[in-house]
Amino acid sequence: MSDFTNNFWSWYVAALTLVGIIGALVLLWATARKKMPERSDNTTGHVWDEDLREANNPMPRWWMWLFVFTVIYSLLYLIAYPGLGAYPGEMKWSTRGEYEAAMAGAEKELAPLYAGFSAKSTEQLAGDANAMAVGERLFMNNCAQCHGSDARGSKGFPNLSDSDWLHGGSPEKIKETLTLGRKGQMPPMAAAVGTPEDVRNVAQYVLSLSGGPHDSVRAQLGKSKFTACAACHGMDGKGNTAMGAPNLADDIWLHGWGEQAIVDMVNKGKINEMPAQAGKLTEAQIHLLTAYVWGLSNKPPAAKL
Amino acid sequence: MTQPALRKIIPIVPASQPGGESLYEAQKKIYPRSVSGLFARWRWAFVALTQLIFYGLPWLQWGQRQAVLFDLEARRFYLFGYVLYPQDFIYLTGLLVASALSLFLFTAVAGRLWCGFTCPQTVYTEIFLWIERKVEGDRTARLKLDGAPFSLEKLVKKWFKHILWIGVAMWTGFTFVAYFVPARELILQFLQTKMGGWEIFWVLFYGFATYGNAGFLREQVCKYMCPYARFQSAMFDKDTLIVSYDPARGEPRGARSRQADPAALSLGACVDCTLCVQVCPTGIDIRKGLQYECIGCAACVDVCDGVMDKMGYARGLIRFTTQNALAGKWSASQMLRRVLRPRVLVYTALLGVLCLALLWSLVARMPLKVDVVRDRAALSRIAAGGKLENVYRLQIMNATEQAQRYRIAAAGLEGLAVASEAEVKVGPTESRWVAVRLQIPYGSAEAGSHPIVFRVADESGRAHVEEKSVFLIPR
Repeated sequence: MSDFTNNFWSWYVAALTLVGIIGALVLLWATARKKMPERSDNTTGHVWDEDLREANNPMPRWWMWLFVFTVIYSLLYLIAYPGLGAYPGEMKWSTRGEYEAAMAGAEKELAPLYAGFSAKSTEQLAGDANAMAVGERLFMNNCAQCHGSDARGSKGFPNLSDSDWLHGGSPEKIKETLTLGRKGQMPPMAAAVGTPEDVRNVAQYVLSLSGGPHDSVRAQLGKSKFTACAACHGMDGKGNTAMGAPNLADDIWLHGWGEQAIVDMVNKGKINEMPAQAGKLTEAQIHLLTAYVWGLSNKPPAAKL
Repeated sequence: MTQPALRKIIPIVPASQPGGESLYEAQKKIYPRSVSGLFARWRWAFVALTQLIFYGLPWLQWGQRQAVLFDLEARRFYLFGYVLYPQDFIYLTGLLVASALSLFLFTAVAGRLWCGFTCPQTVYTEIFLWIERKVEGDRTARLKLDGAPFSLEKLVKKWFKHILWIGVAMWTGFTFVAYFVPARELILQFLQTKMGGWEIFWVLFYGFATYGNAGFLREQVCKYMCPYARFQSAMFDKDTLIVSYDPARGEPRGARSRQADPAALSLGACVDCTLCVQVCPTGIDIRKGLQYECIGCAACVDVCDGVMDKMGYARGLIRFTTQNALAGKWSASQMLRRVLRPRVLVYTALLGVLCLALLWSLVARMPLKVDVVRDRAALSRIAAGGKLENVYRLQIMNATEQAQRYRIAAAGLEGLAVASEAEVKVGPTESRWVAVRLQIPYGSAEAGSHPIVFRVADESGRAHVEEKSVFLIPR
């Protein structure tokens, strides 16, 4: 503990604590020796407000021994636990240690459960209601913050319950995404596409790919400029999961629909990141989550979810 | 630990010293004499009633489970046909308020009735005293035994008493734990010596608390520890029935022969036999008037009535009476009329209303609870088909012991519909979180926050709950 630059305050607190405890003992000893003059009317002889008298109702002696017990207890406590300044106590207890012990205990307790899960394939796990209940809890605690409780995501956060995958939807790919994370990168392409007018034409062409409302004349003009995009998204705009290039030909708009959204994307580019979970979750947990996410869009053979 | 050993530790300062009294008082052991009579019978009736319920209830079955079981680990509380959740804490509050009010009521009418007849401290002391009496004999025999030097007989008697005490105490501890762990499982675990650490701890803890409180501390608990004893005294008024000695009739006290005429000896009715002091479990002399130590057990009333009978005097030298009645020499009917004073009527009315409200809320209780939590990921999103979507998490708590299918519906906005699975299955006494998606057609309502209502109902429609939430529409 280095909260302070020197040990003075530690010694100060420890001394104050001990002086307080010893003071309590001395007080107890002094009052136990004190004698009250015996009076026939069983009062302490203390009269105030003219006629109010204090009746003599002494404490039981065993009560005094309780005080002694608390003093002894507090001393033993101060030896065992941190309390005397910076002294850590003989038992070396700390909140951090307790936390670590609790985590280790939980891990040990859950080990057989997770061992059972790890032994199964993704497909088997997705069909196991018990495993999926655990998987759901993991998802709620670790994934739902971005992807939503129903895993359908929101703007910028992919929907995990459909069959559209930026990086592939096989169990292996999902596990890779979870373990290592992903970094989706759309570079600013304005220069490669051409004039701002060209960029808007390309945007109309992209809108036409999924058959939504668009300006067909501009789309036709933009088609030739799309070659700049085709390197990643493909000539047909269907994307490439190997490099995380989204499919532009479906009606899924992760970063927003409409000409303006597409123009912005072409002009400014975008970096979107899924953080790696390897350090946060165990391998077994990632395996289980893989099955949970896979199961959201794939119905396993004997699926009863 | 036996009594003599305990007493050996205590006196660091001799009990009485020349030059004054210590600020700490040595505990004087009290040897209450056995008593019989009307109030003793009432007390035993209450001992039997309360203990029959306490010891018996864990063994009562309700269907496939224990009728009364507080499953702390699963956080489900079973009370006969009811399954209560931690969310039902209000019932406990109601029960405690009703208990407090009935305490006020009884105390205003007849003083410390609770203390004298039903308080566990009194009840277990009574049971422990009964064992003590069976083993060691009544007051005189016990005094003699404690005063006697060490002998084999003394050792055997003391050991036997403590073994019986510990037996009762441990059974009490076991019973207490059996309200939290099914009794039938617990006894099986015990027989197979497979009881869990916490179960053993609580059986021992509660057992030793019983042993210590009923065997050793006894009246010390009432005198020094119990806060209720003190505030109860503050709830007395001059029309409260309390155990009192009638000094006008009793004084001047004095011994006399049974044939003698007290009037001729200018004596009152009190024969100064001190039996009222000998039977007192808190060791006071009721003839000194109302004292805070008096727990209102009426043992002195019983024993004094017996003496009066033998002497051929009228009963009731010590009796339940009020301070007003004593001062004004009221008749019994005059005194009882004062029972119906405003204070008592107000307590009764409050208690009645509260009990009815509690009963009504239990009868009308829905065996279903729902909590709605808006999803924390996104305020709102656009879904396929030009729909605006909000996501909620619903915690659906099934308070029945059968699996149930619940239908989820939502209302409050034009075109509001549940887009996710509208039917959920929840297992018996299970609570389940489900993600629910609500959609409205894009542009069908203004931007902003709109109050909506979730309706969740079981198949029969008997259990139905409405919960408020909001639907957010972005600008």
